[in-house]
Amino acid sequence: MTTAVEPAALPRATPASAARAQWLPYLLLAPSLIFLAVLFALPFLQTLLLSVSDGDKLSLANYAKMATDLNFAPSLRNTFALVLAVVPLQVVLALGMAMMLQKVRVARDIVLWIWTIPLAVSDLAAGLAWFAILNDSGYLNSVLYAVGAIPDQQGLLSYETPVTLFIGIAAAEIWRATAIVLVILVAGVQLIPREYGEAAEVFGATAWQRFLRVTLPLLKPSLQTALILRTVLAFEVFAVVYALGGRNMPVLVGEAYVWQHENQNYGVAAAYAVLVMAVSLAATVVYLRALRVPREQQS
Amino acid sequence: MIAARRLVFVSGVVALCAWVLLPIYLIALGALGGRATVYQWPKSFLPTNVSWSAMSAFLEVEGIWHAALNSVIAAALCMVFSIALGAPAGYALARFQFRGQNAYRLLIMLTRAFPLAMLALPLTVSFIKLGLYDTPLGVALVHTALALPFAVLISSSLFMGIPRELEEAAWVFGCSRLEAFRKVVMPLALPGISAAAIFAFVISWNEVFAASVLTVRERTLTAYLLTVLSESPVPFRLAGGLLLIVPSVAFIFAVRRYLFAMWGIANR
Amino acid sequence: MRVHSMKILCSALLAALCLSGPARADDIVFMSTQLRPIEEAQKLREVILKDFPQKVTLVPEEPAPLATRMKAEADAGKRTVSVVAAGHGELQPLQAIGALDPIDDVAAKLKDRGIPASLMQLGKLGTDKQLYIPWMQATYIMVANKKALPFLPAGADVNALTYDQLAAWAKAIQEKTGQRRLGFPAGPKGLMPRFFEGYLYPAYTGGVVTPFRSAEAETMWGAFKALWASVNPNSANYDFMQEPLQGGEVWIAFDHVARLKDALIAKPDDFVAFPAPAGPKGRGYMAVVAGLSIAKGAPNRAGGEALIEYLTEAKVQLITASEVGFFPVVKAELPANLNPGIKLEAAAVDKTQSAPDALVSFLPVGLGDKGGQFNKVYMDTFQRVVLRGEPIRAVLDSEADALKAIMTATNAPCWAPDPASSGACPVK
Repeated sequence: MTTAVEPAALPRATPASAARAQWLPYLLLAPSLIFLAVLFALPFLQTLLLSVSDGDKLSLANYAKMATDLNFAPSLRNTFALVLAVVPLQVVLALGMAMMLQKVRVARDIVLWIWTIPLAVSDLAAGLAWFAILNDSGYLNSVLYAVGAIPDQQGLLSYETPVTLFIGIAAAEIWRATAIVLVILVAGVQLIPREYGEAAEVFGATAWQRFLRVTLPLLKPSLQTALILRTVLAFEVFAVVYALGGRNMPVLVGEAYVWQHENQNYGVAAAYAVLVMAVSLAATVVYLRALRVPREQQS
Repeated sequence: MIAARRLVFVSGVVALCAWVLLPIYLIALGALGGRATVYQWPKSFLPTNVSWSAMSAFLEVEGIWHAALNSVIAAALCMVFSIALGAPAGYALARFQFRGQNAYRLLIMLTRAFPLAMLALPLTVSFIKLGLYDTPLGVALVHTALALPFAVLISSSLFMGIPRELEEAAWVFGCSRLEAFRKVVMPLALPGISAAAIFAFVISWNEVFAASVLTVRERTLTAYLLTVLSESPVPFRLAGGLLLIVPSVAFIFAVRRYLFAMWGIANR
Repeated sequence: MRVHSMKILCSALLAALCLSGPARADDIVFMSTQLRPIEEAQKLREVILKDFPQKVTLVPEEPAPLATRMKAEADAGKRTVSVVAAGHGELQPLQAIGALDPIDDVAAKLKDRGIPASLMQLGKLGTDKQLYIPWMQATYIMVANKKALPFLPAGADVNALTYDQLAAWAKAIQEKTGQRRLGFPAGPKGLMPRFFEGYLYPAYTGGVVTPFRSAEAETMWGAFKALWASVNPNSANYDFMQEPLQGGEVWIAFDHVARLKDALIAKPDDFVAFPAPAGPKGRGYMAVVAGLSIAKGAPNRAGGEALIEYLTEAKVQLITASEVGFFPVVKAELPANLNPGIKLEAAAVDKTQSAPDALVSFLPVGLGDKGGQFNKVYMDTFQRVVLRGEPIRAVLDSEADALKAIMTATNAPCWAPDPASSGACPVK
């Protein structure tokens, strides 16, 4: 993990091209780095500064205010619970869907298209759709009522029914955001050479063994990407939660919005935002470590 | 035995399709059903008294086509920017081992880990000063920051999946690095790259907050509709929601072959 | 081939960018947090502004991005927006960041419009300059489904209800139908804080800030907590009561007139509208005002002034009332051919104002950008006492500290019905 080792062993590698290969990656990264420095790092630093200042002096007052707020502990708990419940399910579901897709014989592109439709659905529309399903006079209650499972409308989303509320929000999130994992995994699955699986089959591996020993390890880079992206996005969950749960299920980013817009306190909002980022960052580091892609797999 | 298996498999696929489509169908039902459907109990799953009134209310709003054009411009620019900036970075991450690689990965994730609305204020101030305020270009730039992590990470995992030997073989046959990339790697990566591009387009299309803070006259469709939407009665909200879904679903449909034309290559 | 089509795409984009450049500097950008629902925005564009001679670009905006935008435009010192229309409480933070231009000259021109002095005073936002001109008025009322009327407690008059009778009414419905049918807009975008500040607190304690932790307040929260047992638990999700009313999920609801209107217009025969209940100290109610202001450094100030003058004309005010259901700030008789739903609302507003025990609350003045945190004190108290069941006394004492800190920081004097104060309004 020091300097470029890469093309040194190649026939055409001259000292000049080796030197070029050293700065080539940086050259390739430069445009995006400059872009992010201007569009992200700069405003981010301003926000970071805002979160640790109180008037003109440096202080942790905003963080103290955040931590003592009555919604802080619940929002932290709810956010983590949602991430832990939703992300693994989504990955398993998407993995299953990607595998199924390989076996689909007819109208494969239509099936894939349908499965990726939620990508195109905005938070607001997703929230509305699931609210239409889960509210007291919604479609789920209508079905339960029609089959005689419930005598009358039944509350699913109120503070008195935290369990169904949580399940409802998790279901909506799984519906809304599994497609992104799916597309990343499908792109990855497509790149696994078919011979590997065929070879394993020749040696008598069952379908399950092939999946476990061949597909899954080769899919690691894509899995890592999907997990990181999805987890980071899951920590930002907010619009659907508020559409379904109102004030009943505070989440971190939702609190940040409330502090910025309702309470007009940009400092505490910035503190929440910094916290969300720190948590996502920690998760990303964990994934990068746990799912390290060995170099040999790439060549 | 095999037929039974096939049946289970097919019904699984169909069930998953239904799981995805049902909520969309319900949005459409609400959007086209008018007030009567939205407030009915128990609800019916069949379209009764279809009415276009809520939908047409949106289509008649002054300036909606201009807003739609702005959305398309912003989304297309975002698509171009994020691939132009993201694909080279993804290639670098996949093919080279260099100091600062993980730091770069972290940095790129940071942009998605920070709620955009918090950055809106400082960004808006600098956009006004730079003259990017109230232009689709300005909106596209912010949306590119959102889409870039997708572009970088998706393309890097794609390039990682393309065996290095292929590229090296091309070098052996006398291709320069650039030629090898263009002739060997690019065709293999293109479908995946277009997946990243489509993400960029859809992210930009659906983003509201930055678009509404950064524009006044030159609103994007989402900003234009959603500010109006949040206080409108439910049937209108559903109609607006549907109106936003349809173009991006159609867009994904239009490019689906391009996106997933990969199957033939995978059989190599 | 592909490269070629890419080039075409790029040049088309560039062309589009050039075409859509800011070529319309002479129009008046009118940004409004009011009349945002799609039908209202259309009526504002097509009916209310129809006879105004200049080109107006109406930009509906939610309160949150409005504050962010105005702060950014103020920080950068460059303006796009000329006229801002917003609620009193939404304009206060704009004053705090210096985004509003004093318009005493406009106020002078409108002297003979007959806008009540008390409303004009609100428009100064606690300063000595006129910062907005009142545009429209509204208030909060209650609406009930006629199905609920048979359950009214004996001897109760729906137009002169007390909080005890409301509780008994909701309880009777709960006991006889098995459902909790009373609803409040306590969702994230609901206007519940106004219920505490303008209705419940004044009705029980005769004030809102000063008696925050008084013995009367303790009684009040106890009574409200008991009442909440008959309130639909989905209330913590409701933002607009017109929706659960139309769905039949709620039979009795409290909300802003604009957020009840859809139900009343859709089914005027199914609902009754009536004043909010009274407590021991009277029938607390709050008149809300939306104002028109000019942004500091407005690119088209003259056009903005003309627009404000136009919108406060008696004729236009009447059109506004009959089209969108907000009431005039000038003296004007509502037309007889009003929409039946809006007529119901107008009657309920009238009954509220003319009730013998009416106790009017002014809007908070001088809170600047602390208005949101002021609301938060009341909502936090509600959440802790009613939803989480914490002991009332302890909650009131700890939230009173937060309230004191806000009042001290802003130095805002008391507003009615709190007794006048010199200096910051005290929390007793």
